[in-house]
Amino acid sequence: MKTIMKNILLAMTGILLAIPAMAAEVNVAVAANFTAPMKQVAAEFEKETGHKAVLSFGASGKFYAQIRNGAPFQLFLSADDEKPSQLEKDGLTVPGTRFTYSVGTLVLWSPKSGFVDAKGEMLRKGQFGKLAIANPKLAPYGAAAIEVLTKQGLLTMLSPKFVQGENISQTFQFISTGNAELGFVALSQVMKEGKIASGSAWIVPGALHSPIRQDAVLLATGKDNAAARALLLYLKSDKAKKIIRSYGYGI
Amino acid sequence: MFLEQSDLQAIWLTLRLATVVTAILLVLGTPVAWWLARSRSWFKGPIGAVVALPLVLPPSVLGFYLLLAMGPNGPVGWLTQTLGVGNLPFTFWGLVLASVFYSFPFMVQPLQNAFETIGDRPLEVAATLGASRLDAFFTVVLPLSRRGFMTASILTFAHTVGEFGVVLMIGGNIPGVTRVASVQIYDHVEALEYGSAHNMAAIMLVFSFLVLLALYAWRTDKGKRD
Repeated sequence: MKTIMKNILLAMTGILLAIPAMAAEVNVAVAANFTAPMKQVAAEFEKETGHKAVLSFGASGKFYAQIRNGAPFQLFLSADDEKPSQLEKDGLTVPGTRFTYSVGTLVLWSPKSGFVDAKGEMLRKGQFGKLAIANPKLAPYGAAAIEVLTKQGLLTMLSPKFVQGENISQTFQFISTGNAELGFVALSQVMKEGKIASGSAWIVPGALHSPIRQDAVLLATGKDNAAARALLLYLKSDKAKKIIRSYGYGI
Repeated sequence: MFLEQSDLQAIWLTLRLATVVTAILLVLGTPVAWWLARSRSWFKGPIGAVVALPLVLPPSVLGFYLLLAMGPNGPVGWLTQTLGVGNLPFTFWGLVLASVFYSFPFMVQPLQNAFETIGDRPLEVAATLGASRLDAFFTVVLPLSRRGFMTASILTFAHTVGEFGVVLMIGGNIPGVTRVASVQIYDHVEALEYGSAHNMAAIMLVFSFLVLLALYAWRTDKGKRD
């Protein structure tokens, strides 16, 4: 009798201990521009593994500050490759886990159809009001836009027309509300089911700017978190890559 | 100098914005506060509530609606285009308009309190002495509500200096035009320039403390003398 009780107790303890290992939870800090694809990736991930992914969306710089100050995230999907590598230098990541999960595509977009031509030649004429870009100091898409304009020799001519969004979402908002006639945003923001959803656009060739690499990294706090490790792996899977590509990212 | 050129530019712009907004609100807020203090109309409740809205609304709501309203497809945008001044978002005057909305209760409510404290008696006396209502306002009400005007102006000025969310949504971060101190600090933090962020943040902290300290010290002092 005693041994039976003991076995039952042991089994129960085993089950209790096993639950977190089987279905763990991971808190993920996700760059705002990656909101839509990440929601889909996370849903698939949860369905397949039984783990739970709790997603927080926001500006990468803010996440960086929060992570340095003990924010409860185990995984960080940044909008650039700088912040994850900086966190690595700060000793706040699990070494060797940093990788590029997506490469952004820059697009010059206007909600007006026929306004932006497919090669962006209309930029040279400068016949428009405000041109929205993301703050080049903060957002990789903004820095890429500046690079493109510099390469085309248009920076001096067009910079008086600039209005800056704090991030790529706000930049998109300036344009979509008509307050700026056009602007440089992420292809992922204007693409639905593989094509430009509305308006007119110039998909900027990747050769005109340095690649917009978005890196992910496992944070030190997630070292022993099964769900965090599983999600990191899942992001590299063909299935996840297919979802990511459908939103206009290269990978 | 430990501040960068762009920091100084942002501070100067902020001070300019707060001064203009305080001046405009002194002119606009005074009659509204007077009416709210004296009126017995059933409108008083709704109008008072509208005036107080910015106290409870998130700046993102106000900024979002202002962006839509002032944009080329919005009613304010339509008006400004018809008047030939173009669109207001991303301009200094756009920020002024937004701040006037945002800081409205900070001007009106202290003034309303001051006017209510005066009561009917001094005005009745003034009327008996043959003063017109306008005359009574300038010679009786204004001197009696000096404290209210002081409090209202300081709060309005300080609140405009501390504005962030609305500016972020309609400003477009243009140096010297819409990049105010709070946005500049935000940019420093986002760019991981924590040293520069600290410098400016400390200035804001000290400034805000000194303003409030002056306000409270002056109030207590006045309270003793009155």
